[in-house]
Amino acid sequence: MALIQDHLSAHRSLRILCPNGHLGFAPIRTGSFGSGLAAEPDLICADSGSCDVGPGPLGGDISASPRQWQVHDLEQMLLAARRLGVPMIIGSAGDTGSNSRVDLFVGIIKDLARKHALTRFRIGYFYSEVGKTYLRRKIEAGDTIRGLDARPPLDLVTLDATDRLVAMAGVHPYIELLDRGADVIIGGRSSDCAIFAAPAIRRGFPEALAYFYGKVLECASFCAEPYGGKESVLGEITMEDVKVTALSPEQRCTVASVAGHAMYERPNPFYEYFLGGHIDMSQCRYEQYNERTTRVTGPRYVSAPELRAKLEGAGKLGERYVGMVGVRDPYTVENIDQVIGWARRQAIERFGPTGWELHYTVYGRDAVLGELEPRKASPGHELCVVVQAIAPSRELAEEVCMIGTRQMFYARLPAVKGTAGGVAFLLDEVMPASPAYRWTVNHTVRVHDPLELFPTFLTEAGI
Amino acid sequence: MATKRLSEIAKTIRSKNAGVDKITFDVIFADRAGFDFVRRSGVLSRAAICCIFGITESRISDWVEFEPALAIKFTIFRTAPSGSPGDADIFGSQQYGPLMDVAVPVN
Repeated sequence: MALIQDHLSAHRSLRILCPNGHLGFAPIRTGSFGSGLAAEPDLICADSGSCDVGPGPLGGDISASPRQWQVHDLEQMLLAARRLGVPMIIGSAGDTGSNSRVDLFVGIIKDLARKHALTRFRIGYFYSEVGKTYLRRKIEAGDTIRGLDARPPLDLVTLDATDRLVAMAGVHPYIELLDRGADVIIGGRSSDCAIFAAPAIRRGFPEALAYFYGKVLECASFCAEPYGGKESVLGEITMEDVKVTALSPEQRCTVASVAGHAMYERPNPFYEYFLGGHIDMSQCRYEQYNERTTRVTGPRYVSAPELRAKLEGAGKLGERYVGMVGVRDPYTVENIDQVIGWARRQAIERFGPTGWELHYTVYGRDAVLGELEPRKASPGHELCVVVQAIAPSRELAEEVCMIGTRQMFYARLPAVKGTAGGVAFLLDEVMPASPAYRWTVNHTVRVHDPLELFPTFLTEAGI
Repeated sequence: MATKRLSEIAKTIRSKNAGVDKITFDVIFADRAGFDFVRRSGVLSRAAICCIFGITESRISDWVEFEPALAIKFTIFRTAPSGSPGDADIFGSQQYGPLMDVAVPVN
């Protein structure tokens, strides 16, 4: 029996349906997905990861997305892919692409296959986690783990402060698993564009167009206008061009929306980097192909002189509690930093100067922009101060937070008129929050083989 | 001198994480006239951006005029990675606020 990905209609083009730019984060809109299925795409692919969710999910090895929404989207995609007999590819499983998230998605696919009594099919999957020992040896051997975005090279102290690391896969494990006959692929952490570029490169389409194809499809309807998330888009790659079509009746892919998406959430609109090279989009030409479709030509592929994989790592800072207070007294508003200083000093008196952290975020003055806020000298008539306490244990975090919050009530400002409480409480309590993490690693590591960090596996599902 | 607010001229003004250490800003225009008008005015030059946000030029990692999208785009380094304690904009999605009221001279 021919492998299912080989019995496609024609090799002149490859069409991929993308229903969601971050699978699980919010449910697929099924209307436009249905329209895309009616066009009988050659594959159904979606990215499920993002570092936008912050360092907590990777560090704590959890999903940022609710399981019900992950199941919802995987069920929609799986049933459609099996009905059409086309491969389905998910990259960066479960927000972070950690090993446990890959296992979670493989388990969901198996459960769904059982639930719907699907005919037996092959699941390919790969892991992306990187061991600290592996990196420690590299550092000790003088093989620099280079920093991205002006970070210094990774040192052992920072590595030790890291709880979990993933590497960004390129197209290679996806191609390997397609070659081995996978019908469904669940990928660990991967470059978004690789998920879509892999089947196109495997079929012999030019790398430049293939990576651009991935780049434009990976956020689904974010490349269409008007703005509207979680709608499906349909892409087509040929030897000459890439086309992308909006599927929601309200949306169109225009030159402006597709070019606009080329620069979305990246520092520079001209370059996209991945394991093995980058594409240069500075000479791209965008044309309105028809009402809902934009055609792009002209990206260039530049292969890298050495293979370097991007690493993401998160390290735990401590347990966290959160408190909130309101301020309406104009004099207190004006002197809020003194109130905060008072409360902080009370915590220092009780716990000493180190071993815990207090963070004050002043809504109504500069909470959102922080030091970038041009209007911090003219706060609003009322403020909300959010207090975050971080400490090694939950008990200590709770107590630090309670002092850091409640002592604002007792702050002693020299000229305050209100002597029955300096702040207003919405809740006279502090609330447990998720542990605090930080992005400790945003670096690249040299590899000899693009599959070196990404072991691949095959399993079966269905009956 | 008569001025218009940038929000009256631009179609899209947005900000978003570009990785965990940077925030990128996109100012997109509906037509070439608006794009040319604003870029020639210099109100979004590197120096002007430093002035708006109170930063030095070394904080700006990228600054480009992106013709295909009729956009001016610039990217700045964060002082701490996204989602670190005290970061109140984990996605970087509200940092564009001060750009809305940038005054563009119109004569």
